[in-house]
Amino acid sequence: MTVLNNRIRFHKRLLRAEPSFRLMAKLWRISWLYVLLICALAGIGYVTLYSAAGGVPYPFAAPQAARFAVGLVLMVTVAMLPPRVLMRASWGMYALSLVLLVAVLHMGHVGKGAERWLMVGGLQIQPSEFAKIALVTVLATWFSRMDHARMGNPLWLVPPAFMVLVPVALVLKEPNLGTAVIIGGIGASLFFTAGMRLWQIILLVLPVPSLVQFAYGHLHDYQKARITTFLHPESDPLGAGYNIIQSKIALGSGGMWGQGYLHGSQGQLNFLPEKQTDFIFTMIAEEWGFIGAAAVIALLVLLIMGGMIMAIRCRNRFGRLIALGISMNFFFYCLVNLSMVMGAIPVGGVPLPLVSYGGSAMLNVMLGFGLLLSTWVHRDTRLDESGGSPA
Amino acid sequence: MGGAPMWLKRRKRDNRRLMPIRDQKDPARGIFTRRALLCMAVQVGALGELARRLYHIQINDGDHYARMAANNRVSKRLLAPPRGRIVDRYGIALANNKENWRALLMPEETTDVPGTIERFSALIPLDERDRNRIARELRHQRRFVPVMLRDFLSWDEMARIELNAPSLPGVLIDVGTRRVYPEGELLAHIIGYVAPPNESDVAHSTLLALPGMRVGRAGIEQNQDEKLRGTAGSVEMEVNAVGRVISELNREEGVPGEEISLTIDRGLQQRVLNHIGDQTASAVVMDCHNGEVLAMVSTPSFDPSLFDSGVSHAQWIEWTNNQHTPLINKAVAGVYPPGSTFKPAVAMAALESGFVSPTDRVFCPGHLDVGGTRFHCWSRWGHGSVDLHLALKYSCDVYFYEIARRIGMDRIAQTAHRMGLGVPLDIELPHTRTGLIPTPAWRQAHHHHWNGGDTIVSGIGQGFIQVTPLQLATYTARMATGRAVQPHLMRAINGEISPMANAENWPSLNMPEKYLEALRAGMFAVVNEPHGTAPKAQLDLPGITMAGKTGSAQVRHVSRALREGGHFNSANLPWEYRPHALFICFAPYDAPRYAVSVVIEHGNTGADAAAPLARDIMRDTLLRDPANHTTPPPESVATVDDSFE
Repeated sequence: MTVLNNRIRFHKRLLRAEPSFRLMAKLWRISWLYVLLICALAGIGYVTLYSAAGGVPYPFAAPQAARFAVGLVLMVTVAMLPPRVLMRASWGMYALSLVLLVAVLHMGHVGKGAERWLMVGGLQIQPSEFAKIALVTVLATWFSRMDHARMGNPLWLVPPAFMVLVPVALVLKEPNLGTAVIIGGIGASLFFTAGMRLWQIILLVLPVPSLVQFAYGHLHDYQKARITTFLHPESDPLGAGYNIIQSKIALGSGGMWGQGYLHGSQGQLNFLPEKQTDFIFTMIAEEWGFIGAAAVIALLVLLIMGGMIMAIRCRNRFGRLIALGISMNFFFYCLVNLSMVMGAIPVGGVPLPLVSYGGSAMLNVMLGFGLLLSTWVHRDTRLDESGGSPA
Repeated sequence: MGGAPMWLKRRKRDNRRLMPIRDQKDPARGIFTRRALLCMAVQVGALGELARRLYHIQINDGDHYARMAANNRVSKRLLAPPRGRIVDRYGIALANNKENWRALLMPEETTDVPGTIERFSALIPLDERDRNRIARELRHQRRFVPVMLRDFLSWDEMARIELNAPSLPGVLIDVGTRRVYPEGELLAHIIGYVAPPNESDVAHSTLLALPGMRVGRAGIEQNQDEKLRGTAGSVEMEVNAVGRVISELNREEGVPGEEISLTIDRGLQQRVLNHIGDQTASAVVMDCHNGEVLAMVSTPSFDPSLFDSGVSHAQWIEWTNNQHTPLINKAVAGVYPPGSTFKPAVAMAALESGFVSPTDRVFCPGHLDVGGTRFHCWSRWGHGSVDLHLALKYSCDVYFYEIARRIGMDRIAQTAHRMGLGVPLDIELPHTRTGLIPTPAWRQAHHHHWNGGDTIVSGIGQGFIQVTPLQLATYTARMATGRAVQPHLMRAINGEISPMANAENWPSLNMPEKYLEALRAGMFAVVNEPHGTAPKAQLDLPGITMAGKTGSAQVRHVSRALREGGHFNSANLPWEYRPHALFICFAPYDAPRYAVSVVIEHGNTGADAAAPLARDIMRDTLLRDPANHTTPPPESVATVDDSFE
C-alpha cells in the first residue's frame, strides 16, 4: 500500500514539476472507455457507409474515416484545455458563431431547401452546428458565476436569454426550423439545470402554445408541406411523402434479423433517399434488422448517459453545464434523426452524429466530445464560481 | 493507518460523489444533479419510445413493409416473341427471322459522347437521319439506356467496330431480329411485309409496344398477323430506384408465333415468273380438287425487305406513280373484263335455264342486229350454223349474244356467282377486290336503265363485267371438277394440315355433270381440235391434253368506222389501249387436276399472248405435279422442262 501511495505522491510531484508530465497525466485521465464508445459508433458509421456505396470504401467510408481521425485529434486536443481557457475562449467563440450565422444569411449556399453552409477553403461549414457548441460554452460561462441566490433574480437571466434568442432568430431566418428548435431546447435545458426557480419556468412555459401558433403562420410553404405530408405520407407517395414511405419500407423489410449486410434492397437499389446522410439509420435497420438497430440505439443511450454522468460528477459548475449541454446536443441530434426516419416527426436535415456522411457535422460533434472530455479531465478542478461579474 | 487502504478510500469518496443529490456547500449542485437525472429519464424515455416504435415497424408490420420492398425492387417486363416463319408447301422458308446486329452506345460508359460518335462514324458512316435520331435519343433518354447508333450491321462492319473497341468506349454490339424474305420479289405479293407498329396498333395491343415487334402490313403477314405474332414472354428484373436493371430474377420465354405453311410451290412460282418475264401480267395456278393456290404471280413486283428498315420517299413515289402498279397484287386486286373466258359461264347459265340445249344451233352471219344496233362477231365473215361445242371452239360471239339475249342477265349473273366470278373469295389475303357481274337491279341502283344491249355484250364478257385472275382460276377449277372449291393459301399451321386440303371436304357445285362435260369438251376443242382458237396452247407432253378458253378484253371502244375501215389491228395501238389477253385452262383433260388462269395486261390477244404462256405454266405444273408430291421435285425436272424450250 505504501508503495502505491508513494507512487501516487511521486506522480503528483512530477505533475507539479513538469508540464509535459502534467499533459501525460491529463491524457491518462481521459475516459478512454468513453472514447472507445465514440470509436464504436464511428466504426458502425464506416461499415454502413461502406455498404451505402455498394460495398466499396469510396466515395463515403474512406473520407469519413479520415475525417474521424482528424476529429479524434481535435477532440483529444480540446480535452486538454483547462476550464479557464475555455471560459475565456467562450465569448470569442460565441461572437464568431454569430458572425458566421449572419454571414451565412448573406453569402451562404443553400441545399435541399434548408441546410445552409459557408465554403471556407474548400471546407463546408454549417454555422448553425457550430453555434450550438458556442452557445453551450457561453451559457456555461455565464451560469458558472451564478450561485443559487443570483439564479433567483430574473434580471440575471435576461442576458443569457438573449444569448439564446439571437442565434435562434438567426437560424430561423436561414430558415432552419429544426436546428432552431434544437438550439432553443439546449438553451432551455441549461437554464433548467442551472437552477432556475420553478415559478420562473412556469411563467416561461405558459405562453408557448400561442407562440407556436404564431410561428406556424410564418412557416415557409415547404415547411408546411413537410408537416402535412408527415401527417398523411400516402397522399403524395412520389413527392414529399416519398422519403418517409421509402424509409419505413426499409425499416420494416429489415425485420428482426435484417436482410444481411450489403443486401438491403431498399438501400442498395437507391430507393432510400439520402441513404448516406440523414437516412443512414434506415440502412442499418434494413441490413441488420431490429437487433442491429436496437444495438445502435443502445450505444447512443450509453454515450448520452455517459455524458450526463460526467456532468453530474463534475465538481465545478462550468464543467457540469458544459457536459450537460453537449450531452443534450448529442441527444437532440439522435432524437430528431431517429424520429425523422421512423416518420414520427417531419423530415428535416438532421444527420445521425458520427454515422451519417458529412464533414462539418462530424467535426462539430468531435469538438463537442472534446469539450465533454475536457470537463471530465478537469472534473476536480476548483473554480472561483462565487459571484462577481461572470468571466 | 485507519484500517482501510488508500485506494479503497478513494473509491469510497468517488462513490459518494457519484450522485451528489444534496450538496451542503453548493445547493445549486444538488439542484443540478436532480434536474440532470430528470433530463436523463426524459432522454432514456424518448429513445426507449423510439425503440418501441422501431420494434412496431420492424417486427409487427415487418411483413407488410417487406412486401412493399419487394414491389419496389422487382420490375416485370415483357419479352417480344419471335415472329412465326412462313414456309412453302415443302417447308422452304419464305419469311424468316434473322439476327440483326446493332451497334449501341451506353452514354454513361463514355466520358466524351460526341467524340465517340465521331470516331464511330469514321468507321461506319452515319447519314443525316441517323445523326438526328441519335441526338434526339441522347437528349431524351436516361444515361444508362443505350442509344442505337446503327442497325443491320454486316460482318465486315462488326469486325471494324470490334477492332477499334478501345477507342470506342461505351459502344457495344447486340442482336435483335429482323424479318427477311429470302425470295424477295418472287413472293412479295403473297407474303406481304412487316413494318414497325404505329400508335393505333400499340393502343390495341400492349404486346406491340415492345421494342422489335412488327406488324404485318400486306399479304399473309397482315392477314395472319395474330397467328404469326405469338405470345409475349416475361422477365422479372431487379431494378433500382431510377429503374436501372441490376439483375435478372426470373425469365419466362414467350411462345413464338405459329409457323405457317403455304400452299405455294416456291419452285413453280419461280418458273411461272420466269415464263411471264417482263410482261405486266398475273397468273394463278390452282389445284382443282381442293382450291390450293400453287402459284400466284403478279408482275412487276417489289422488294418487301425495304419496308423493315423504312422505304425512302423517292422509292414510294416511284412505286405509286408506276402505271404497271408494282405494289398491287393483280391476281386478287386487279379487275379485268373476262372477255371470251366468260362464255362457258354464259353457256352453263343457258343450259341450266332449260331454254337452250347443247345441240341447239344459232346461225352466225358475222353480226347480230338487235333493236337497230348491230353487234359484231369477232369474225367478219361469221361462223355459219354453230352449236354449243362449235361456239366455244370458235369462240363465236353471235352464238353467245343470242343465248344471253334469250336467258337474260339475272340468270347469267347467278350462275357466274356460283362459279366464283364477281363474288368475294375466301383467299387469305387483304385488299382483294370482288369484281362485278352486273344485273339490271345493280344498274338501277346506280340510277341507270339496263338496256337489252348490256345483256348482249355481257354474253361475251364485255361491258360492265369485271373479274380478278384468281376468280378466273377458281371458276376454271370449279368447271373442271364440279366442286365448289375456294382458293386458299394456308396449307398447314405448325405442321397441322388444314382440312381444306382434303378434296372430300368441298361441297358439290350442284351443276349437272353432263352440262359441265359439254363445257369441258368445248374447251378441249379450243385447244386440241382443228380451227380451235388456241392451237398454240397444245401441250407437247405425251398422253396429257389440256382444255382452255381464250379471252381478249377490249379496254377501248372500237368504233364502227375503225372496224369497217379494214385497217384495224389492235397490235398497232399504244400499249395502254391494247386489249388485255386472257387464258384459262385445266389439265389433264380426262382427269382434271390443275387450273391455270393468265391475264396479260394489254397483251393484245388471248390466243397469241396468253395461251402459250398458260401452256408453259401448265406444262411446268404437270411436270412438277405438286399435288402428288411431299418433297420438291429434283432439279432434273427443271432441265427436262428446259429442253422443251
